[in-house]
Amino acid sequence: MKKENKPTGYASFRSFLRAVAGATLGLSAGLLICRLVGESPIKVLQVLYQSSFGSGYDFGMTLFYTAPLILTGLAVAIPLKGGLFNIGAEGQLTVGALAAAWAGVLGAGISSPALAVLFATFFAFLAGGLWGLLPGFLKARQGSHEVITTIMLNFIAAGVTAYFTLYTIKDPVSAQAETISIPETFHLKPFAVFNGAPMGWLIFFLILLAVGIHYVLWRSSWGYSLKALGESEVAAETYGISRGSSWMSSMFLAGGVAGLVGLVEVLGNSHRFKIGFSADYGFVGIAVALVARGNILGVLPSAFLFGILQKGSASLDLETDKITRDLSYLIQGLIILGVSAEGLWGWLWKLVRRKNA
Amino acid sequence: MDMEYSSCWRFGVARVVLILSGMFSVLGCGAVQASEIRVGLVLERSGKDDKSFNASAYQGLKRAEKELGLTTKTVEAPDNSAYETLQRAFAEKKFDLIIAVGFHQLEAVKNNAKRFPDQKFLLIDEDAKAPNVRSVMFEEHEGSYLVGALAALHSKSGKVGFIGGMDVPLIRRFEMGFEAGAKKINPKASVTANYLGVTGDAWNNPPKAKELALDQYNRGIEVIFVAAGNSGLGVFDAAAERSKLAIGVDSNQDWIKPGYILTSMMKRVDEAVFDSIRMFKEGKFETGLVRYGVKSKGVDYSLDEHNAKLVSESDKKQLEELRSQIIGGKIKVPDYYLVQKKK
Repeated sequence: MKKENKPTGYASFRSFLRAVAGATLGLSAGLLICRLVGESPIKVLQVLYQSSFGSGYDFGMTLFYTAPLILTGLAVAIPLKGGLFNIGAEGQLTVGALAAAWAGVLGAGISSPALAVLFATFFAFLAGGLWGLLPGFLKARQGSHEVITTIMLNFIAAGVTAYFTLYTIKDPVSAQAETISIPETFHLKPFAVFNGAPMGWLIFFLILLAVGIHYVLWRSSWGYSLKALGESEVAAETYGISRGSSWMSSMFLAGGVAGLVGLVEVLGNSHRFKIGFSADYGFVGIAVALVARGNILGVLPSAFLFGILQKGSASLDLETDKITRDLSYLIQGLIILGVSAEGLWGWLWKLVRRKNA
Repeated sequence: MDMEYSSCWRFGVARVVLILSGMFSVLGCGAVQASEIRVGLVLERSGKDDKSFNASAYQGLKRAEKELGLTTKTVEAPDNSAYETLQRAFAEKKFDLIIAVGFHQLEAVKNNAKRFPDQKFLLIDEDAKAPNVRSVMFEEHEGSYLVGALAALHSKSGKVGFIGGMDVPLIRRFEMGFEAGAKKINPKASVTANYLGVTGDAWNNPPKAKELALDQYNRGIEVIFVAAGNSGLGVFDAAAERSKLAIGVDSNQDWIKPGYILTSMMKRVDEAVFDSIRMFKEGKFETGLVRYGVKSKGVDYSLDEHNAKLVSESDKKQLEELRSQIIGGKIKVPDYYLVQKKK
């Protein structure tokens, strides 16, 4: 395992193959269960394919589910490089989304759409980033375990955002728990080919963002320090790398990236902040990062896979008689298990080698 | 899209029947023939087993399926962005009527009603203001007023409690009506209100609801009205543990802990769903906003064998008196929605 973390081409390729094999194994197990329930696996695959590529709308919706998962997957994968397990992406994205909506309210006077989007992006990134920085700071200063602090901050984020939504910038006309809608200058226009699905140029921006972060992690001294820290804290400190600043900066970046979910949801989709809008993106993001095995670029296909499954869970419920959305969650779970069962793979590999010997 | 699946022959048959029925209606037969009516139901995330709001809609659909003879399909949304996709899929499959349950589906119904102007929709709990949508809203504050009065009748100290799910305007509307009803019977009545939270988890957290209820009972509260979806089960547990009373919500929940559930403030979502489908079948489907209040018994308190011993004849008399006063306009039950708008 330790060897594979080094960026030699062969090892990372093998790691990729393992991930694909694991996902396939998990999916097969899921299909087997569908078979046992009495639904043809071929039909299940057909439905999944149709639901994600069947029409412009379907593909657009799949990308719409993929986009937040790219961001939350990154938000988990970045601190993981430095040995931190960020399970607070849900809180970070909630705060970021509220900030994006608030930027829309504050910036009602901005007449240039480009400036408006930039303004909201800055707010969303900053808010999410600060929310991520807090556990980073506590870890650096007090040694507070980030798993505990980030998960607690998820609840605090839910409470704080709900307060502002209900009492500060609430839509007075609406009977729902949502903020005032943002002006049109802030809207991100979807592609017409997606025929109503709320996704446009943003998806390319997100792919570029992932590539950019990958580049920075491998080419900058900041990225080097972070990875060294992740490999061995003691060795990195001996070498003169500051743990605190690496942790804090990586958590700030992670939180900021998670906060950009606000662009997908608020600027792109509902044009306001709604309490409970997230389909647990922050938590699915953990699975996305795990399936990508912490690889930054691996987050892209991994997020797409989970996007397909999320979109497909509704379609499976609709198109088949036996499969409910719960069964499609089961398939998701099996895929995660298949990919992340590191020990299982090592054991199987040994078994094969022993037989061949 | 359907053509690729094994069930395509079924859709084929349905299309032929559809064409035939089209001919019939040209001949002057306004009612749509029963066998080929297809109704799609889109439920909220909490799904058909929530023993409450969605369950009620599902029951209405199942009753219509049995009594009116139609084909139905029910789906539960996995997330709040899936509503539009699911409704749209039903529309593309040319379902005759699409039922959307819950205020979360408002935006989705608005968008789809515009996209499919010939498609008929039924929306529960919000007003879509579209020409092809029948919107059904319930006067929850009126029903809550009645159970508030009943709660005060069963509380010697005048202390009654309210436990809400998520802190949203809809649930505040329950609370406001409940308080007004209790104070009508006993002007000195005091209402203690607690909310479970501000996230979706609030609808699905019975342990926390139980803790809140135990705390309220400890403070001398005798009757608790709970409007919190699945979480309500925790309150019923607490009531049975302390031998106190609770009031259920949405569906008739009296059977869950017989003897400890004074009554349930029923939102007859099942009636609204069934009625709308029946009208659709008879060709009398009317779009626009329909309000179900205490007058039409769209909101009502429950009476059955499980709470027969709890609610006395004089209780019933007083409640019926209040009901007729609300209908007659003598009592104006405060409505949180209107109070909010004035602010």
